[in-house]
Amino acid sequence: MGAQLRVYTQKIKSAQTTKKITKAMELIAASRIQKALARVHASAPYARAVTRAVSAVSAHSDENHALTTERDSITRSAIVVLTSDRGLAGAFNSQLLREATELKTRLENEGKEVDHYLVGRKAVQFFEFRRRSFEREWQGITDAPTAAVAREIADAVIESYNLGGAEGGVDEIHVVYNRFVSMMTQEASTIRLLPLEVVEADEVGDNEALPLYEFEPEPDNVLDALLPVYIESRILNALLQSAAAKQAATQKAMKSASDNADNLITDYTRLRNNARQAEITQQISEIVGGADALAS
Amino acid sequence: MPLQVNVVSAEREVWSGEAKQVSARTAEGEIGLMANHTPILAMLDEGRVRIAQADGTTVLIQADEGFLSFDRDVVQIVARNADLV
Repeated sequence: MGAQLRVYTQKIKSAQTTKKITKAMELIAASRIQKALARVHASAPYARAVTRAVSAVSAHSDENHALTTERDSITRSAIVVLTSDRGLAGAFNSQLLREATELKTRLENEGKEVDHYLVGRKAVQFFEFRRRSFEREWQGITDAPTAAVAREIADAVIESYNLGGAEGGVDEIHVVYNRFVSMMTQEASTIRLLPLEVVEADEVGDNEALPLYEFEPEPDNVLDALLPVYIESRILNALLQSAAAKQAATQKAMKSASDNADNLITDYTRLRNNARQAEITQQISEIVGGADALAS
Repeated sequence: MPLQVNVVSAEREVWSGEAKQVSARTAEGEIGLMANHTPILAMLDEGRVRIAQADGTTVLIQADEGFLSFDRDVVQIVARNADLV
């Protein structure tokens, strides 16, 4: 076998091995999407109940709650960045970090200082590599985010928000996360978490008027207790969506990797056939030439 | 008319079904809910919620840090951590 032929065979083998791995990862991701989506759906009744309750109370309470009031001057902002712990998900993390960087630039142009709260190993690596500072980090929880983690994040940002920009805290909080739009689309999106804009219940798909509840204890106290829960449920929802989006992105990335491996295999097989044919042709012409030389 | 009861925690729906009466401890004391109660939204004190079903059996639920809402014979028990006992 000629040298050229051997090289092509080697390349085909290597592409086939890679394809086996990417194919397996694609299938694993596909099954994990379903699990992650099931968790998003499972948490929906809670989110809906909390949103409805908060809308009902805030309609009753005319007091301006600290968490919903826009401050006169905003000097510091926080960005919560939700990335994943693991890569191999195409542009999943890079598009998110780009979005976060753009937001940071925009806020800084408005004269605000920016603090970062990072979720996921990728975000931490990104910041450490560039020697940028950040307030807090959470790693190793993005595959299966729990309510406990959402609570920890919520507590941290609310504490900083309550402190206020002048005291080293912040005056507004943004969350950047990958929204799960569909299996094929994940969108890096930004929501402003604080000060809160309560999404009214009818936007959640509930058209009935809110009932005239009696509150126990007073409406203001209920609101005090519910708002952190609401923030927490929004963070949990973002975490869960990001987890589902990560699996979808991995599946997509691994699918195109498998497809590319397929193309490589086809191309190299053609080249190998060419090389083999050329070798045979050469051998034939050598034999014919040799026979001619002997006959003459 | 029976009550429709849903118990949800942050991560999943824990229990749902019909009941005759729901009793719980709120911030201001014990509360018992039966059909046609006035709409109420109450913060739960840490503790158990008892759901008495029509057939006489009782479902016990441990609900931490949550609230309870009642409207048109639908009871929602919403807590970060909720579990059947």
